[in-house]
Amino acid sequence: MALATRTQHAQHPQHPPSLLGSLWRSTVGKKAVMAVTGLIMLAYLVAHMIGNLKIFFGPGEFDHYAHWLRTIGGPVLHYEWFLWILRVVLVAAVVLHGVAAYQLSRRDLAARPVKYARPRARTSYATRTMRWGGVILGLFVVWHILDLTTLTVNPNAQHGHPYANVVASFDRWYVAAFYIAAMLALGLHIRHGFWSAAQTLGANSPRRDRAFKAAANALAALLTVGFVSVPVAVLTGIVS
Amino acid sequence: MKFTLRVWRQRDAAAAGAMTTYEVDGVSADMSFLEMLDHLNERLILSGDTPVAFDHDCREGICGACGVVINGQAHGPERTTACQLHMRHFRDGDTIDVEPWRAEAFPVVRDLVVDRSAFDRVIASGGYVSVPTGSAPEAHATPVPKAAADLAFDHAACIGCGACVAACPNGSAMLFTAAKVVHLNALPQGAPERESRVLDMVDTMDAQGFGGCTNTGECATACPKGIPLSAIGTLNREYLRATVKGRGNRD
Repeated sequence: MALATRTQHAQHPQHPPSLLGSLWRSTVGKKAVMAVTGLIMLAYLVAHMIGNLKIFFGPGEFDHYAHWLRTIGGPVLHYEWFLWILRVVLVAAVVLHGVAAYQLSRRDLAARPVKYARPRARTSYATRTMRWGGVILGLFVVWHILDLTTLTVNPNAQHGHPYANVVASFDRWYVAAFYIAAMLALGLHIRHGFWSAAQTLGANSPRRDRAFKAAANALAALLTVGFVSVPVAVLTGIVS
Repeated sequence: MKFTLRVWRQRDAAAAGAMTTYEVDGVSADMSFLEMLDHLNERLILSGDTPVAFDHDCREGICGACGVVINGQAHGPERTTACQLHMRHFRDGDTIDVEPWRAEAFPVVRDLVVDRSAFDRVIASGGYVSVPTGSAPEAHATPVPKAAADLAFDHAACIGCGACVAACPNGSAMLFTAAKVVHLNALPQGAPERESRVLDMVDTMDAQGFGGCTNTGECATACPKGIPLSAIGTLNREYLRATVKGRGNRD
């Protein structure tokens, strides 16, 4: 006697969605998009921070480095082409990261509409500040580009003189203070974000957990100290 | 011992609820938290009031039926279920807040009772292995490596109580779903449905209105069965692997 024992599976569309489409549709996949875009931005920041340290070797070396950035990939790539490719990649990363974060946050808040009478925050400060820290970093990036790339909000700046423009910008104490605050937010964001990305991409394991946490802390500390050293040097007159 | 209890009272799913204060006297330090609630309910019944509704069954910490949030912590201050939490872990005269699990996917049915059938739907979508059930298979027909058996057993310890969802600031069911996926995907018996299991269970989990994982770790801290946070890492890896590989043997 044949019994009807066939398991009822959920109905699926005839044409399965694309790889990226199905990733974007699920909470796990969207987190993976955030992890990959976060790591792209992190890799850029490591290179950016190392480049910034050239300011300690004088205007000649710093301005030469800034000019070289525009010639990367030559003679195959035309002047500034590499920079523009990089900018497109970074803007795409920022937008995907931000949109995914916004959509997931909306969902997360809706999933826990009622708070407990006695809330307990046991997670780390870095974990709890990811959302607003991210918003602050987004606003910082906008201001940072207006300040040192387009020079729109840097009245004493001139195109083609990056060393002098950095000094002119950080000579205003409130600009340096905002920059330092943003870099502390960046450190916190990376402290949770790097380990979280390892977990989200499934690279983490009980054996590697400590190593990933240590790497996240080291990256956060190195980037924060490296970036903060520039405005501190300008304020203290080491770079002038 | 004497306690001031602030308990969530809600007549039914549609009614508005509120924290209600009760003074509970004559509590023994050896009482479990649920026995303390029984003690309060006896008094409420004798005085003609409606007793506080709460879920419970085995009272041995192995069934997953009970679960309340005590002072903002799922199952209270000890790493165990509410039925195995004893009043000696509280100080005489304490004020204790007792609330139901809070999650959009777990609507309150009454007082401290929530509807956890969203978990059942997640299980039904992939938390099984397809085997003929007519006759018991020979136990050694499918060799299972010791390490895989241990991993599967550690994650099979999940009792589905929902403390992970209650503790998560996002009301996420990732630890629960991960425990099932790690358990079944570790075993050769689970291999034929390895890809479809994780894809379907995550789909269903999202459809039930649970939030996403932000790796806060609150779930693993609250879990009375010690399901580790690494389970979520493995779920993520299985999910990405299955997404790239395709749905495998799914019909």
